[in-house]
Order: sequence, then C-alpha cells, then structure tokens
Amino acid sequence: MAAAQQAQIGQKVLVSGNEAIARAVWEAGTKVAAAYPGTPATEILEYLGLYSDIYSEWSVNEKVSLEVAIGASLVGSRGFCAMKHVGLNVASDALMTLTLTGVHGGLVIAVADDVGLSSSQNEQDSRFWGRFAHVPILEPADSQEAYDMTRMAFELSEQFNTPVIVRLTTRVCHVKTTIAIYGEREAFSLGGFAKDPARWVMVPTVARTRLPFQAKRDLKLAQYSETNPLNFSLSGVDESVAFITSGPAFMHVQEAFPQSPVFKIGYSWPIPISALKNFASQYEKVLVVEETEALVETELKAAGVENISGKDVLPLHGELTPDVIKYGVAKLIGAPITSNLIPAQQVFPRPPTMCVACPHLGPYFALASMRNIHIAGDIGCYTLGAGQPWNALDTCISMGASMGVALGMDKGRGPEDENKAMVAVIGDSTFLHMGMQGLLNITYNQGNVTILLLDNRAVGMTGGQNNPGNGMNLQGEQTNRVDFAKLVEALGVAPERIRKVNAYELPVVLKTLREETKIKQPSVVITGNPCVLVDAYQPKGPLYVMENDCNGCGNCLDTGCPAISVTRRETVVKPNGREKKLAFVTIDTSVCTGCGLCTKPCAPDCIQPLSLRGDLSKDVSTSPSLGDSQ
Amino acid sequence: MNEVTNIMVVGIGGQGVMTAAEILADAALRLDHDVKKTEVAGMAQRGGVVTSQVRFGACVKSPVIIEGQADVLLSFEQAEALRWQHWLKADGVLLVNDNQLAPPVVNLGLFDYPENALAALHSGGRPMSAFNATAIALELGNVKLVNTVMLGAVAEALPFSAEHLLEGIVSRFRQSKPHLVALNERAFNLGRAASASQLARVS
Ligand SMILES: Cc1ncc(C[n+]2csc(CCOP(=O)(O)OP(=O)(O)O)c2C)c(N)n1
Ligand code: SF4
Ligand code: SF4
Ligand code: SF4
Repeated sequence: MAAAQQAQIGQKVLVSGNEAIARAVWEAGTKVAAAYPGTPATEILEYLGLYSDIYSEWSVNEKVSLEVAIGASLVGSRGFCAMKHVGLNVASDALMTLTLTGVHGGLVIAVADDVGLSSSQNEQDSRFWGRFAHVPILEPADSQEAYDMTRMAFELSEQFNTPVIVRLTTRVCHVKTTIAIYGEREAFSLGGFAKDPARWVMVPTVARTRLPFQAKRDLKLAQYSETNPLNFSLSGVDESVAFITSGPAFMHVQEAFPQSPVFKIGYSWPIPISALKNFASQYEKVLVVEETEALVETELKAAGVENISGKDVLPLHGELTPDVIKYGVAKLIGAPITSNLIPAQQVFPRPPTMCVACPHLGPYFALASMRNIHIAGDIGCYTLGAGQPWNALDTCISMGASMGVALGMDKGRGPEDENKAMVAVIGDSTFLHMGMQGLLNITYNQGNVTILLLDNRAVGMTGGQNNPGNGMNLQGEQTNRVDFAKLVEALGVAPERIRKVNAYELPVVLKTLREETKIKQPSVVITGNPCVLVDAYQPKGPLYVMENDCNGCGNCLDTGCPAISVTRRETVVKPNGREKKLAFVTIDTSVCTGCGLCTKPCAPDCIQPLSLRGDLSKDVSTSPSLGDSQ
Repeated sequence: MNEVTNIMVVGIGGQGVMTAAEILADAALRLDHDVKKTEVAGMAQRGGVVTSQVRFGACVKSPVIIEGQADVLLSFEQAEALRWQHWLKADGVLLVNDNQLAPPVVNLGLFDYPENALAALHSGGRPMSAFNATAIALELGNVKLVNTVMLGAVAEALPFSAEHLLEGIVSRFRQSKPHLVALNERAFNLGRAASASQLARVS
C-alpha cells in the first residue's frame, strides 16, 4: 500500500502519481496538508495520512482546505492542499486573493483534471487558473515528474512569493510508473507569523498596493519560464511534423512519433513564449498536443506564430492518446487514414451501479414509486438514482446544488408544475460540503421543499472516506461527530418536520416521504444507515429465494440490488387478455448481506434467510477469508 | 527495436482485476523492466466495467494500450471479453473466465446477454482459452481465488516464467497468512493447466 512511504534513498518503486506527490510533500518538510476527497486526487491525502510526522486532514470542502494551507504558510510552515478540478472552483475565492498577498512558507495546490471524464460532472482545463490567478503552473507527465515537480513547487513558491499549482490529470494520478527516491524529510520553518496588515489584510487600500507586486511577479515568472529546465526540447530525425506538448500527452507523442522533434512544457504557466517561437521557427509544421483546451496554441497564434496546428486536427475533449495523435497528424499532412482494426462487438452497457445492499436502494425504490415530484439531485453515489431501475433523479449540477435548484423550482414554477412536490436529494458529505448554506437559504426564504438527506456515514462515491458525519478523521481516529437532526433544526427546519427513517424499512420511508411532500414547509427526511464499504456496516446472514414459491413478479428487481438476478423468463396471458412478462429470480448468496430490503415488496414472502435452508454445504460466504490485497 | 509487452486485464468492479494487474506489473518490475500500469479506479461502486493495462519492456512511453495493440487480453467475465476483444492484436492471446455475470440492466430485461459470446470470440481465430475460473475458485472454497486462477491462466502467455509470477503472488502473504500459500498454488496451477491445454490445441 505504501511503497513510497517506506522507500529509502536510492530505491526505485512503482507508484501512482498520487503516491509520488505525497512522498514529495512529506520530504519538503510540509507541516500541514488538507483536502476534500475527489477523483482522481483523493489518494494524495490518503497517502499523506500514513506519514505520522505531518498534520493532514480531511477538510469539509476545498475552499476550507486551501484556507487551512494558507494559515500554515502564514506561520512560516509549508502548506499543501489537493483537490479535483472542480474543487478549485470552490476554492477559487480564496485563491484569487491569496495571489495578491503571496505566501510566507511555501504553498502548493495540487489540482487534478479528469481528462476524459471518468467520474466528474464536467471536464475543465486547470491550466487556465495560471493566467486568471497569476500563479505558476507545473505540469508533470508521470509519477517521477510528479515527485520532482512537487518538491520544486515549494521552492518556487517561496522564491517568487506565490502559491504554485501542480496540475495533474487522471493519467498522472492513477498510473503507476517507477520513481527513484532521492530525499528524506527535511526540516523546514521560516519562523513564525509576522503581523503585517499591509501584507495580510486585504482591504481595498491594501489590495491596491499589492497589484503592482503581482504584475512584477508575472514578469519574473515569465522570464523564468524561458530558461526553466522543465521546458525543454528534443530533436528528432523525422522533421515532417514537430510537436509541442505537456503532461501525459508528452508520453503519448513519444509513443506515436518517437523520431520526431518535440518541445515538452513542464512549467506550463507562464508559457515560455520565446523558446516556443524559436522551436516552431525551425520546422515546417508544428502540432500542439495539449489536454484539453487550446491554451498554448492560442497564445502562440496570438504571438504571430503561423505554422502551428492543434485543435483544427485534434479533438477538443478527452485524452490525446497515441492513436488519436496519429489520426490528427494524418489529417494534418493529408495522409490517407487506414485502419485494419478488428471490428468492435455490440455488448450491453454495464454502467456503475449501487452496491449490493447499499442504503440508498430503499429511498430510491420509494422515490421511483412516487408520482408528481421533481427531484433535484446532488453529487454522490445517489446520483446513480438517475439510472435504471429507479429513474428517480432529475438534475445534477454541482456539489450542494440540489438545495438551491429545488428552491428555484419551487419559487419559479408555473401552472404546469402547480401540483408537483419539489424534492432535493443530498448525501451527508455533500450536505456538509456545500449543502448547509442552501438549506439555510430554503428555510430563510420559506421554500416548499422536501429534503432527503441520505446520511450513510461516509463519502461513498470516492471510496468510503471518513467525514464529520461519521465522527472519524483522516487517520481513522474518533473525533467530533455532527448531529444532523440538530444541525438542520439549527438551520431553521421545524422540529416536527425533521424525520429520521431506517433506509431499509421501505413502507416507512415511502409513507414519510408521502407525508412530508404534502406539507408546504421545508422538511428533512434523514436516513442513518451506513455505506456497506465502511466498518460501521454490519452484514447479516444472506437471504435466498425459495424458487418454488417465487411467482416471477420481478418486484425485488426494482430495488436495484445487484445481488438479485433472473434465472428464467415467461410470458403469461392474463384473463383480461393482456400479456404479462414474468421474471423468476435468484440471489447470489456469496454477496447478499441480508439487508432485507428485497423482502419488502415480495408478496409470497419467498425470500428467506439462507441459514433456515436445509442444505448449506456450498455456502461460500462462510469460507475462510483469503489474502486478497484489495 | 523496443519490444513492449501489452497486457489488458478486464472484468467487473470487485472481481480483483486491479490486483491481478498489480501482480503482473510487480512481476515485470522485479525483472527490472520499465513498467507502466493504469489504475483507473473511479467510482467506488461495484458492478461497472473495470479495465487495467500493464505495459512493460526496456522503455515504455505511453501508459495506454491502444486499440488493436494488446498482446494478451485477460478477461474475468465472458461478455467483457467480447466487449474488449478488438483491443487485441490479430494474433494476441485471449484468456477468458467464461463465467457470466449479468448486470441489472440485463436482469431488468432492457438488454440481452450475448448468446454466442464464446463462438464469436473463437471465430477471431486467435489463440484462446475459455474456462470457468469462478467454478474452480468455488471448488477450492472461495470465489476470491478467481484472481489467482486467472493469473495461472495467463502464465503461459508471458515473456517470463510461470514460477516467477507465482512467487509474486504467494510472497504477498507468505508471512502474514502462510496457510494460504498452498491453496493459491493449487488455484494457480489449475488455471495454468486449464488454459495451457486449450492454447496447445490451437497452436
Ligand atoms: C467540488 C467537488 N468536490 C468533490 C467532488 C467529488 N465527489 C463527488 S460526490 C462526493 C461526495 C459524496 O459523498 P456523499 O454526499 O456523502 O454521498 P455518497 O457518495 O456517500 O452517497 C465527492 C467528494 C465533486 N464532484 N465536486
Ligand atoms: S459505496 Fe456505499 S453509498 Fe456508494 S453505492 Fe456502495 S454502498 Fe452505496
Ligand atoms: S437482502 Fe436482498 S436487497 Fe439486501 S443484499 Fe440481499 S439480495 Fe440485496
Ligand atoms: S419479489 Fe418475490 S415473488 Fe417476486 S420475483 Fe422477487 S422473489 Fe419472486
């Protein structure tokens, strides 16, 4: 699990970019590291949590994590925070002023872009923060560079008195490559907080005086980029096309065109414009390969470089893998595009789905059976409720958005939505991240919204991390645990409108939701059953289907529990002449946890504990656990 | 010429695809190869498609195996083999656990599970072995052994010895859980024998 943490100087280890960054942060003598989970950056803090000589925390959101890192910098220590791309949108309010104050101890922000959208609500190019926030951006291509550049970033931060962004993408965060370890933890302190209102108190008069500093720093950073060894070029014998690239796209270019000249940008902002112009002038055709937007290309075109191409032949979104680059180059030089690929076969989709016995299954079963509701959703495992078999989530925008969106739907509704109930669905972690303010806004403005707060005591979506909802910290130690009922009451929800339910008691969940959606006041329905990934979850013995009694109604399939599968289908004709499709089922007893949800809609009551069945000889779930390292 | 071996491991979340890829990558690393391994672990939920790619050789640039370039496809599920078969080279080796796992969308009757997946895979004319690794694992007493069975299956298709790979598996718990060593060796050898007999028939 922690190859980099245990490695000695001189050792080579196969680690992900995230793990390499954690090692570098530790080596840099960093005192404080903070993050809110988010794919693909989550593991950086999980790895940092393993180092006992550094303070590391799960913060409640990204803005707070950056502010915590800022505080550490102010007292002369090195501070670090990590987040996924959208996290920096949340933290940007702090960033945009931090860039004026500058730093004391080095401050590094690792931001991970989900290029290709493996698990995010949008695709962003975080390099743009460089220009917008006037901060330098380093852009590693693999784990070794992630390690090297993170170490450099702290020095750069102090040298230029600026926060530094290390821009990552999924292919850096989650790809394992070998790194050579060359450092141990160094001692670092710049000695205490020096009170200086003219530096740290950003009121207009002070901020105004910092603007010229920022402009001067921009110039110095741009000069430094021209000579920085992180920006370098390699010559090549095949000069038909030369490449300018950065990040993992550099590896893809080298794979696809190993003989071609290439300029690799590692210090991405400010871009080394003169060096790039000089490089481009040596070749006839230059292709800029950048993920994802045309940042370098636009800058070069604006600087009058004419022989460059980029997004005219390469896609605007997603990864620029070797095949994609080859295709783009063929287009560029007008070569025929041939393909001798084996045709793909059509196979059913297999979208990610909620886990066996997930505590969200029951509430979604209930929502799916309700008519005349609009469901403003949020981000978490429960977003999957938009899919089959529930189809019970109507919007998903950003963390916490369900609150505001539901209120806006309520206030903005016309006659078409007159009789609709507005429901907001949000998870515990998302509620604490950015949902609380939205709820306060609902109660303050007297909205008619029913909130379903799915408290599963974990950040399920990103792997079951701890949060204030379960009262455990990053290191798994007990700490303060938030009481959601008290919290929402303090935010203005009437005590009688706060309803706690057991997520697996389907009839209760349904009845409660029906009652609360009828009442024209804000109400909050809170579940409290843990995510199956966390320690608090206690499985019971598995259930099985008494196959002779199953009538094929298929009701249990509508829970969406993936442990249930169809063994046989039949079509029968009912007395009224209509056809009815039947699906007879079985339960995979090796994964069923016995949560009991599927028994609720089963009329013949034919789902029963396996322990009550006579023959138990092949019950795999009782076999000894194996040395599986997952 | 820079020879790189491209192995693609596919399956479903929770089956141990990542662990299998990890063990393959470690085995290559211990022979001083340059190694790159993708680890796309996105959503925590089980049930989605999982793929992992391992590339190793003297020098590996891109971590990505592109379509049509895999030397070996190791699939933990039948339909997933069909989904990814075109990632293989024309003469790439295909190793399939022919166990079928239907997702909820199939159980709900919205999509069909492919009927002739194995026949379609065979028609490609590539070296291929398909057998029920899940059944072997259950026979040995734990479904999690699928991982080791499948690693046994891939052992003959690698540029290093089966013994080297097996050592990489058992060394993970020789200290902590010594009682599992013999069990995993059996699982590995059963997988190896199952695939070797079928591959031999092809070539
Ligand atoms: C601004 C932002 N930060 C982080 C994420 C990553 N992320 C997606 S959902 C989620 C939290 C989910 O936790 P919770 O609301 O408790 O729902 P669960 O997944 O447990 O059902 C996180 C951290 C994001 N999408 N956007
Ligand atoms: S990770 Fe937890 S919350 Fe997410 S689907 Fe699985 S059980 Fe449900
Ligand atoms: S009891 Fe039913 S719903 Fe619960 S895990 Fe088992 S099969 Fe799934
Ligand atoms: S709900 Fe009961 S009767 Fe209906 S399909 Fe499921 S097990 Fe059979």
